[in-house]
Amino acid sequence: MHKENQPLVFELSKEGRVGYSLSELDVPEVELSSILPTEFIRQEEAELPELSELDIMRHYTALSRRNHGVDSGFYPLGSCTMKYNPKINESVARFPGFANIHPLQDEKTVQGALALMYDLQQQLVEITGMDEVTLQPAAGAHGEWTALRMIRAFHEANGDYQRTKVIVPDSAHGTNPASASVAGFNIVTVKSDENGLVDLEDLRKVVGSDTAALMLTNPNTLGLFEEHILEIAEIIHGVGGKVYYDGANLNAVMSKVRPGDMGFDCVHLNLHKTFTGPHGGGGPGSGPVGVKTDMIPFLPKPVLVKTADGYHFDGDRPQSIGRVKPYYGNFGINVRAYTYIRSMGPDGLKAVTENAVINANYMMRRLQPYYELPYDRHCKHEFVLSGSRQKKLGVRTLDIAKRLLDFGYHPPTTYFPLNVEEGLMIEPTETESKETLDAFCDAMIQIAKEAEETPEIVQEAPHTTVIKRLDETRAARHPVLRYVKPTETAEI
Amino acid sequence: MKHRYLPMTEQDQQEMLKVIGVSSVDELFADIPEKVRFKGEYHIKPAKSESALLKELTQLAKQNANSDEYISFLGAGVYDHYKPVIVDHVISRSEFYTAYTPYQPEISQGELQAIFEFQTMIAELTGMDLANSSMYDGGTALAEAGMLAAGQTRRKKILVSEAIHPISQDVVKTYAYGQSIDIVNVPLKDGVTDLEALNTLIDKETAAVMVQYPNFYGQIENVQAVSDAIHAVKGLSIVSANPLALAILTPPGKMGADITVGDAQPFGIPESFGGPHCGYFATTSKLMRKVPGRLVGETVDEEGRRGYVLTLQAREQHIRREKATSNICSNQALNALAASVAMTALGKKGVQEMAKQNILKTHYAKTAFEKAGFKVPFQGAHFNEIVVKVDGSVEAVNNTLFEKGIIGGFDLGKVSPELQGHILIAVTEQRTKEEIDALVQEMGALQHA
Repeated sequence: MHKENQPLVFELSKEGRVGYSLSELDVPEVELSSILPTEFIRQEEAELPELSELDIMRHYTALSRRNHGVDSGFYPLGSCTMKYNPKINESVARFPGFANIHPLQDEKTVQGALALMYDLQQQLVEITGMDEVTLQPAAGAHGEWTALRMIRAFHEANGDYQRTKVIVPDSAHGTNPASASVAGFNIVTVKSDENGLVDLEDLRKVVGSDTAALMLTNPNTLGLFEEHILEIAEIIHGVGGKVYYDGANLNAVMSKVRPGDMGFDCVHLNLHKTFTGPHGGGGPGSGPVGVKTDMIPFLPKPVLVKTADGYHFDGDRPQSIGRVKPYYGNFGINVRAYTYIRSMGPDGLKAVTENAVINANYMMRRLQPYYELPYDRHCKHEFVLSGSRQKKLGVRTLDIAKRLLDFGYHPPTTYFPLNVEEGLMIEPTETESKETLDAFCDAMIQIAKEAEETPEIVQEAPHTTVIKRLDETRAARHPVLRYVKPTETAEI
Repeated sequence: MKHRYLPMTEQDQQEMLKVIGVSSVDELFADIPEKVRFKGEYHIKPAKSESALLKELTQLAKQNANSDEYISFLGAGVYDHYKPVIVDHVISRSEFYTAYTPYQPEISQGELQAIFEFQTMIAELTGMDLANSSMYDGGTALAEAGMLAAGQTRRKKILVSEAIHPISQDVVKTYAYGQSIDIVNVPLKDGVTDLEALNTLIDKETAAVMVQYPNFYGQIENVQAVSDAIHAVKGLSIVSANPLALAILTPPGKMGADITVGDAQPFGIPESFGGPHCGYFATTSKLMRKVPGRLVGETVDEEGRRGYVLTLQAREQHIRREKATSNICSNQALNALAASVAMTALGKKGVQEMAKQNILKTHYAKTAFEKAGFKVPFQGAHFNEIVVKVDGSVEAVNNTLFEKGIIGGFDLGKVSPELQGHILIAVTEQRTKEEIDALVQEMGALQHA
């Protein structure tokens, strides 16, 4: 990695340099004050930087060299499905016919885009076992909230205004309770049992006529399949609630089991995880939602429909929850996901899941002798170790994560799920070779030995990165969220 | 199955299954209830080779009329602007686009610093104290601003100007329903928010007022007057602003705005059929701890070197769960990077020159339309959009224009019954005088035909 500190782009700025090329103004120049009242005319310039094109390119190249992506090295970040981002996806999304089309163009002029969206929806219907899919939500959490808004609309349409509670397992992603709260629900937490699965007894205790829904990830965040899923669905349906599938972990079960067949009423998918839309340093994502027939009337509008004369948006949906996002979703990410599905085909998607699950189980068994494995059974696409053994030696999971940086790896997800002490959540994905997995396991084993023999090496890690551990407390206590140009002090 | 994304060989698989202690891959899925297990393969199209798929999708893309080949006067929230070529080269560096959220700062300094720079540029343009690391888009950013205001003021009524983009209004309503917030529309007068009506609607239950700057009809709102009115009852002033326009317009931060949101799409981000674009969220220091989404802050490492981290995370869903300020997790980081590169390439002078070209070319178009006998109903100050009255249906006008290689404006009759027969024309710096003349001439020919 690039060791030198890179100045801020503002510190590289020099008055008089430009990095752009605009055509000369070809209409008559008019004084702005003749068009705009003076109170609308900006008095102080916005302090944007001034750099030449090469200097801009060097700046961002230097920054990129201080950043780790999947293309830089192994990225076994649990729950995030950091698989390879195919390059053909990037090419296709940049075709002018996809990148440079306007969302409000006449439908007749964008039939190719609509055909792609429709086909993608149909494929996701098949993959999830749902009856209809909307591509409108922008990301996973947005999809969760969209589905919960629909569940609320469904219950209200039945006069069930008392259904105010959403049940969330203690192992759930943080977005689940947050999304339910934004959709106007109260949250009830259900415990996990000694096997790491939803505690059925506890679930029976918390359900009732006020239950709106249960949100569940399957396999759950421990990477374990909720084998009592049919009973769980029965308990929720028995009291009139809906069962919601958090599709963050779909990579574990493609072609093996479909949410729609397991009793789920609605599902969101993370196309930027399972279907390779890149993560982009935190986004953009895409979070389509699939539903069963009884929830179709509540889908966000407009709904894409196919008729004899082509594809159209249907906005006449009186029971719809409305729009959840301007236009039709993150189309550019949906193009990438579509390209991926077409590259893999049905046999490819099946192999994806099988290989992802083999990779995870293989690593789990290789690492089991060296780290605590709280739930000893076959996992799916990911598994969670506990650093409790190392903690007794004074080495925390945070230290293990930082030590992994010295080996050139992005660490696993740490301290999650919350029901595992010192958790290390590892998801290798199917796109990594056995050699890569072995090298990572070797590093983990070496760190376990270091924790016993030379703990300070781990505790003081990282040693080789461009920067050492950062003072996060200071960042939060004295927030500096933007650059401010130093005021020029008057010369004496 | 051999596939270029799947490196596992037969031999690998055998060795790995042996270590796992199973004889077949099926054993790893034995915990899925037999009753619901999926048998066989999905009924989806078979895989295509790389070149066959490229060929097919090239053909599919060609069925769409794009703004490289057509002359576009369509705006209404999404614009055909100059995109410095360098933008795509920077965001194509896979260290950026194949990275996750920068939760491990030691190996994510590049992304973190780029976002810190983005936050600074947005704060500069909007004149606000601070900005977050991005939102999904301008519409959801506006909705989040409304929820923040309701939470902050503990009030449940929000006044929304009718000159806010109708699609954004729809999104705001969907969010508001979830939070039991009442949305009340403020009517317009001469294409801008009616300040008199606003004053009668504001009361002590009003959490916030939302206006758009420039507004949906291209007109420039008096943000200061709106802010003064809502501040009188201790509510919040929320402005949805086009960040390009702010290069020459007085920034909302100087006109009393408490929250400024919008979309950075005009800065280097393709239209992409409506997404992904790049919402932004800027506010005052006072509201810093209520901001939705991620914030990057500056700090130092153990050796005193400057570095960047995600900060104030106690607001966020992964820490606070149901008590978080928002449920947002993924944002639009890569597009925020794209916008940063575009803002850097344009720089201090370029943003002003580009914004000025938008306003002058639109002014030229307005004059040309009026000279040609068209009525331009709203005569207030504009940025890069104007409303023009046509005889007959806008659809017919647009169909004819399309045959001449022109993507016409937005048909306002679709969103407002009073504006049947009115077209919203956007003129960006991309449009030449010749193209504007051609538009006016073609439309004029239709009127007199």
